[in-house]
Amino acid sequence: MVRLTRRETALLISSALLAGCGPRGVSETPLAEDWPGLLTQARGQTIHWFAWGGDPKINAFIGWIGEQLRDLHGIRLIHVKAADTAAVLTQLLADKTAGRTKDGRTDLIWINGENFVAARNSGLLYGPFAQMLPNWPLVDTIGKPSTVIDFTVPTDGYESPWGLSQITFFHDAVRLASPPRTLPALLDWARTRPGRFTYPAPPDFIGVTFLKQALHDLMVNPALLTRAAVDADFEGVTAPLWGWLNTLHPLLWRRGQAFPPDYPSMSRLFEDQETDLAFAFNPAEASTAVAAGRLPATTRAYVLDGGTIQNSHFVAIPFNASAKAGALVAADFILSPEAQARKADPTLWGDPTVLALDRLEPGDRARFDSIPQGSALPPPGDLDRNIPEPHGSWHLALETAWRRRYAR
Amino acid sequence: MRDRLFGAAPTLTLTIFLAPVAIGLIGTLAPAFGFHPALGLTTLSLEPWRQVLDDPALPAALKLSLGVGFGSTIAAVLIAFGLCAGLHHRRGLSRVRALLAPALAFPHAAFAIGLAFLLSPSGWIARAVSPGLTGWTQPPDLLIVNDPHGLALLIALTLKEALFLILMILAALGQVEAEPSLRAARSLGYGPVRAWLIVLAPRVYAQVRLPIYAVLAASLAVVDMALILGPSAPPPLAPLILSWATSFETTDQTKAAAGAVLQLLVVAAAIGLWRSAEILISRLTRTWLTSGHRSGTVDAAVRVIGLIGTALALGLSAASALGLLVWSLARSWSWPFALPTGWSLEAWRVAWPGLLSLATDTVVVALASALIALVLVIACLEAEDARGRPPGRGVTWLLYAPLLLPQIGFLFGIQVLWSALRLDGGLSAVTWTHLLFVLPYVFLALSDPFRALDPRLARTSRSLGASRLATLLQIKLPLLVRPVLTALAIGFAVSVSLYLPTIFAGAGRVETLATEAVALASGGDRRQSGVVAFTQTALPFIVLGLALALPALMARNRQGLRA
Repeated sequence: MVRLTRRETALLISSALLAGCGPRGVSETPLAEDWPGLLTQARGQTIHWFAWGGDPKINAFIGWIGEQLRDLHGIRLIHVKAADTAAVLTQLLADKTAGRTKDGRTDLIWINGENFVAARNSGLLYGPFAQMLPNWPLVDTIGKPSTVIDFTVPTDGYESPWGLSQITFFHDAVRLASPPRTLPALLDWARTRPGRFTYPAPPDFIGVTFLKQALHDLMVNPALLTRAAVDADFEGVTAPLWGWLNTLHPLLWRRGQAFPPDYPSMSRLFEDQETDLAFAFNPAEASTAVAAGRLPATTRAYVLDGGTIQNSHFVAIPFNASAKAGALVAADFILSPEAQARKADPTLWGDPTVLALDRLEPGDRARFDSIPQGSALPPPGDLDRNIPEPHGSWHLALETAWRRRYAR
Repeated sequence: MRDRLFGAAPTLTLTIFLAPVAIGLIGTLAPAFGFHPALGLTTLSLEPWRQVLDDPALPAALKLSLGVGFGSTIAAVLIAFGLCAGLHHRRGLSRVRALLAPALAFPHAAFAIGLAFLLSPSGWIARAVSPGLTGWTQPPDLLIVNDPHGLALLIALTLKEALFLILMILAALGQVEAEPSLRAARSLGYGPVRAWLIVLAPRVYAQVRLPIYAVLAASLAVVDMALILGPSAPPPLAPLILSWATSFETTDQTKAAAGAVLQLLVVAAAIGLWRSAEILISRLTRTWLTSGHRSGTVDAAVRVIGLIGTALALGLSAASALGLLVWSLARSWSWPFALPTGWSLEAWRVAWPGLLSLATDTVVVALASALIALVLVIACLEAEDARGRPPGRGVTWLLYAPLLLPQIGFLFGIQVLWSALRLDGGLSAVTWTHLLFVLPYVFLALSDPFRALDPRLARTSRSLGASRLATLLQIKLPLLVRPVLTALAIGFAVSVSLYLPTIFAGAGRVETLATEAVALASGGDRRQSGVVAFTQTALPFIVLGLALALPALMARNRQGLRA
């Protein structure tokens, strides 16, 4: 990865902005060409950030970002709490069709995966902008390739990463001393302890991710997952997955006749001791729950021996955002060591950083070193065993195939 | 001049009220047939319907909705009629009546959240008796909540709707000269329950037919309670359609519109079927009604169903509310402890800033929609008084339209209206949309007391030269202060409980306690969920309490106004 100097960054900004301001930006006030100019423009702006609002911890973190932006840059941040990112994309698509190319209602979107691909392909995103953010050189694009490759699709600077997710299993060491460390072992364990495991029903995102993980671990040639699902013999290559699920389902919680609708419900079943094993997409989830008193101190977390799926989540700026300067400043602040360290603190949220810690100034490095390490975090090195997300098309294909088999 | 003002009131009300419904229906119908200009679709096609019919979950979702809708409505009707027939001759009925208003003010979503915790295998009831009585050292693997047949949802709907129907029956009893007919039947030797069933039930039924249809429509199209208590794979029809409506796939928008039309057809067909069953049952029971038997085992069965159903509804409502409060104060509470092992105000402290703004928006919308509804309803009733006769049945049906139509059927299209008026995502659009659901209930609550007011008082006032407005403000409303405030409180409670209308009109930007409660219900932290759901429950309680206390306070030296 090439590291950019400030001057190069400024150059990149101007070229990127000129490209961004093309014919459709004629009537807008042009964006400033350098970062200090952008900061001046951003002062006094109000930005609407469309972000999932289902988790009080995350909402509190976004609230903190708002306070910092207000104090540091005079920007007012409004968190538009969404149930589903897709809703804002529908709105943007309607805007685009109606010719509403400015004064949009949304300035920043929390996005990744298929939503990003769909939005990018429909021309709903502004950019490229990520590489021009002053904090961009700190992003660990090599050790964490998902920061620039989103579900096998290069981000091309149309979204900027802000956190990592990786499937992480957790259990209470008192109730379950040695948990299964591979998916075939999970089936053997379920035979001896039927009814003590379940997963969220697709179309839930985490449920589909579990299917992807199982498909990756069970299929003959996992390399096929980097290509579109239609290019593969879908029925043929997924046959081992369905065979495995057919055997597993009668051994699940409620004999597989019911599934929790989403991740939090699955986690609550674990909390209520209805199940003995659960998983999260946030590696610090169990640690946070222990800190909050919801799970016992004997809770432990781990990554499967063969690795688990990891992805990044990002922020993107809509093509018709009315406060682009403010949105850029916000995207940059989210990448700052200060914000990233706070986000990684399991007592606050525990979302892993996207930064390369060895590139940080000693003072910033210390912010990360002082984060309390709970015993319910995965052991050091576990997160290095990561698998990239399959091509985005597998998501819908697996979801539909699952629903055809099990939800009718 | 002022009289003409009142003359225009019904037209004005119906316009404010029905225009959005009509536009909403059109806005749903057009995309259902492939016409959606914003997405660049300008030719009619049946493609959305093909997609709906192709959805793998559709047959099961449809079956589920029909089972839950009919099952809960039949059960609620049986319980409500059973209770009124079984308790009419005793003092119990007035005691139940006093408990009805607070139980009805319990928002649906909050009730469902509380009930889910009570009933689930790791829930409060199981904790209370485990492992001591049951021997369960870990929660039993029983499919109770979110079961694939929707039984938990069916039970919850039944309990909630039975209470509503009891209230409707009690109101209807005032219009059918219940006491003289009962006395006549009793003097002919009929037992108390049998007398009620034979003499009153058919007449009362005719009076509560519309509320029953509203209950049927609501349970066929329920969303918020289904998300919390219903199965997810597949969900019932309405949540399935909602999942299409919030999907990004552009084809899913037209698919969702077609689904919404399908939901409309399902409700229409169900009401038609119910009506045919009514006719059939009235034919079949005619011999029984005229058989001359003075009493029988049926009487006892009817009374037991009514009593047990109502006791469950009231008891579980109270326990659910209590469960929400206890969770909101818990620090840690794991299986199998009957009570939290640690207490803390942390959840309230964390939630407080957000809670304050949620509660403010909720109260603003609820007060505004209830007050507007109240003014419109009073104006309409006054206009009715001026004309000297009540409106025809058609008007009553129109008034009920938003309750009879499945919410998703026209809310989907109503977004287009708010967006065109640039009102989408604002409090005014949410208030207006809430008004559609608040107004019918306010009308239901106020029309009987208003019509029952002794006409001689107003006539005297008018003959002394007071205008119609002055008579209304200085004579009628002071006399009606109690029912007026109760109607306001009911309108307030309805608004506080509305989920889907807030989601659609708010465009994701307006949050109320209802949307937050449903969002957090699926969330991981039961304490946060307890805080929000309990607050959502407490608000209508407080307003209802004020509505009951204020008139008593104002009228403490007027015997006739206490009661």
